[in-house]
Amino acid sequence: MSDKKTIRVTVNGTAHEAQVEPRTLLADFLRQELHFGGVHVGCEHGVCGVCTILMDGKAVRSCLTLAVQADGHEIVTIEGIANDAELHPIQQAFIEEHGLQCGFCTPGFVIAIYELLRDNKEPTEEQIMDVIGGEICRCTGYEGIRKAVRSAIKKLQAASA
Amino acid sequence: MKPAPFDYVIPATLEEAIGYLANDDVEAHVLAGGQSLVPAMNMRMSRPELLVDLAKVDDLDFIRDESGSLQLGAMTTKRDVEMSPVVAHAQPLLHAANMWVAHPQIRNRSTVGGSIAHADPAAEYPAVALLLGAEFEAQGPNGKRTIPVDDFFVTYFTTALEEGEVLTKVMLPAMAAGTGWSFQEIARRHGDFAMAGVGVTLQLDSAGHCQNTRVVPFALGPTPVRATAVEEAINGETPSADLFEHACQKMADGIEDPTSDVHASVEYRRHLSSVLGARALEEAVDRARAAN
Ligand SMILES: Cc1cc2nc3c(=O)[nH]c(=O)nc-3n(C[C@H](O)[C@H](O)[C@H](O)COP(=O)(O)OP(=O)(O)OC[C@H]3O[C@@H](n4cnc5c(N)ncnc54)[C@H](O)[C@@H]3O)c2cc1C
Ligand code: FES
Ligand code: FES
Repeated sequence: MSDKKTIRVTVNGTAHEAQVEPRTLLADFLRQELHFGGVHVGCEHGVCGVCTILMDGKAVRSCLTLAVQADGHEIVTIEGIANDAELHPIQQAFIEEHGLQCGFCTPGFVIAIYELLRDNKEPTEEQIMDVIGGEICRCTGYEGIRKAVRSAIKKLQAASA
Repeated sequence: MKPAPFDYVIPATLEEAIGYLANDDVEAHVLAGGQSLVPAMNMRMSRPELLVDLAKVDDLDFIRDESGSLQLGAMTTKRDVEMSPVVAHAQPLLHAANMWVAHPQIRNRSTVGGSIAHADPAAEYPAVALLLGAEFEAQGPNGKRTIPVDDFFVTYFTTALEEGEVLTKVMLPAMAAGTGWSFQEIARRHGDFAMAGVGVTLQLDSAGHCQNTRVVPFALGPTPVRATAVEEAINGETPSADLFEHACQKMADGIEDPTSDVHASVEYRRHLSSVLGARALEEAVDRARAAN
């Protein structure tokens, strides 16, 4: 049982082929095999949100996804959010509005907010809270993060105007 | 916090999936969204030998309105339910209850069938199913069958699904015209599992009396239940805050063996259920008046 399976995944635009055990979590595959250290691992049962990545454009927990389930799918980690020259406006907003202290939770927040603002240019306060309530930050507090989201909304609107 | 070793298959057809699940020699589990199963495996509370991923099985992912009856494929995600104009129009109660489930990051993968098959006593979907009188379609080695909700939820995390059976479809009948509804719950944080919840549907007759009242408290015991004593106390009566509070207090006192855990004591759960019950009844009456 548990023979290795071959998977093909695209991560941040680059195609990878790998052999994985079925029990390998996508989070561990991304961190340990492909060395995307921005995929953090905390609770490993879906609650804290630090492992959040995009799979086919949707924010999902990589600790609750098996690497074999990513076969044939497209993954984006925090490393794939900025372009080479500059940070993404959401990342910039986190810096300017004190949206982080230790930064452990930040990759999950940025990915989850990225999905929200990509699909919804003017989210309601309730929609923002629904998303950031699904990510746990234990040191900054949520006020800086809410300010960062509001600032990111303005930056993205200005950029698309 | 890593799963024990297991094997994994991703069949292309339902028949093939059932073949794997019906093999008595291997402990096989369906993998749907993985949002309950994988945490349980990470914590080693669940150690299946084989996971049968339904992601590639055709025709399990759909939302259809068939003359008011809402048909949901088992692999439909809660995010799709949330975004669906068909659901919002045909079954606003489901749309509202769905928004109590976790956060978008979980709803993106968590499936309709997964919540029904998992039968967590604190989950919203089983309560909605009971409130609306759902039917479930399942397919197994002996063919297809339809299971009414009254026969489906057995006890904590246990359903009438048999070994090798896959839940394929959830069918929610339309609410009668003029029905008022409400779905209320209290959780520590929005998106957490409910500490207590109550769903209500009712109608008002031409004299303004309540009729066809259905009251479903959940997160209080092994499965969601119909609070028939409350329903009977209210049917035929003129709605009033007094009537509702009195009936719901009796309901709360009468709940047998309510769940008591780190999240909430027995006394607190009883208290929440009576407050939420009265609140839900009042909101349902308001909606019924607006609909008439
Ligand atoms: C952080 C977090 C918060 C959550 N909050 C809530 C909440 O507030 N309310 C709530 O209701 N849920 C909540 N959940 C649970 C979530 O909704 C689950 O995903 C859901 O209960 C199960 O659906 P799934 O598709 O993920 O199923 P899986 O985890 O894949 O499967 C669950 C079980 O059902 C079986 N199964 C699944 N599909 C079928 C099928 N078609 N036929 C037969 N058996 C099947 C599996 O074998 C397994 O035993 C939360 C989860 C997390 C991680
Ligand atoms: S590590 Fe995935 S949610 Fe906490
Ligand atoms: S910045 Fe430290 S946990 Fe959020």
